[in-house]
Amino acid sequence: MAKAKYKEIIFDPIFKNNPIALQMLGICSALAVTTKLETSLVMALAVTVVIAFSNLFVSLIRNHVPGSIRILVEMTIIASLVIIADQAIKAFAYDVSKQLSVYVGLIITNCIVMGRAEAYALKNPPLQSFMDGIGNGMGYAVILLIVGFMRELIGSGKFFGISILPLTTEGGWYQSNGLMLLAPSAFFLIAFFIWVLRTIYPEQVEES
Amino acid sequence: MLEHYLGIFIKSIFIENMALAFFLGMCTFMAVSKKVDTAIGLGIAVVFVQAITIPVNNLIYQNVLKEGALAWAGLEAVDLTFLGLITYIGVIAAMVQILEMILDKFVPSLYNSLGIFLPLITVNCAILGGSLFMVERDYNIGESVVFGFGSGIGFALAIIALAGIRERMRYSNVPKGLRGLGMTFLISGLMAIAFMLFSGIQL
Repeated sequence: MAKAKYKEIIFDPIFKNNPIALQMLGICSALAVTTKLETSLVMALAVTVVIAFSNLFVSLIRNHVPGSIRILVEMTIIASLVIIADQAIKAFAYDVSKQLSVYVGLIITNCIVMGRAEAYALKNPPLQSFMDGIGNGMGYAVILLIVGFMRELIGSGKFFGISILPLTTEGGWYQSNGLMLLAPSAFFLIAFFIWVLRTIYPEQVEES
Repeated sequence: MLEHYLGIFIKSIFIENMALAFFLGMCTFMAVSKKVDTAIGLGIAVVFVQAITIPVNNLIYQNVLKEGALAWAGLEAVDLTFLGLITYIGVIAAMVQILEMILDKFVPSLYNSLGIFLPLITVNCAILGGSLFMVERDYNIGESVVFGFGSGIGFALAIIALAGIRERMRYSNVPKGLRGLGMTFLISGLMAIAFMLFSGIQL
């Protein structure tokens, strides 16, 4: 019973309650870092780690912090974790950190982290909150990786930097689609992802 | 000199628009753009906060955090840039709080119309992003005032335009799965393409 519950906590946010497609959280970074699969992967990992641990710590101290200053406390926890993640990426993947530029720092204001801390970690015990963080991080990662994969494959014919579709400019046959490298394509890809998701789960459709 | 400032101003509004070129503040951008009225309220609040926090963060960065900036205190080798993130977010949170109190006391009508948007702005990525871009480009105090003001106006412009389009969308027959969020993504994608028109302009 308990095991099934943890499974639910981890796997629900991936498709059924996806943070980007349904909860409308953390959209900013999802759009900006997805031109390549490599940057998407690093970003997704960083966000997952930060959410998981911020959920854990917020949940650990949830009974000791007065409600009026909880946002400040959450902010401090999240900011410290993000600084650690930022320094770690700079140390181990310097090229990627240059490409991600300010977006690693912006994990602080990524609403997924704050949103999950407020909505879940404040009311639930540490272990479940940690799982919830990993689940939501993975939900975020799924979208990032799908969008990153499509943009890199269609835009520059590559997969993780390895040529799959040889480009015409290099003597191959594939005419690359420049739109996919430009920012707006991320909007369209996410829109289609949401469309597909809502066709599979009709209860997510909004009436407007 | 004036030309240089004007260049930064125009650039931060159109060419490097916070919302449509860098995708900052997207969460609020999508969530608070259902009506033009609320979009205008949020836009004004963002302009206010941007114009105040970026210069303040600039002062802190140039005089305390930057490598060698503590030379006046006899600490030449100290480099505190790694404390940047936590400092900026603290300054932003504090500034928003102060602004809220000032508005409540002296301009209650504006305070009431901004309502819940002021506290929400603390977690708006556009604000923190603005401060981080300021650091990355090493602006001085004059430039950062102009940049803060311009980027705030750029964000306000984008969100008001999106709200206008979304109000009209109510009369169209959108496929079921795309209703709401999906359609908003498509619209902002098209708007971002329109804004890319400016990207070739050199100032």
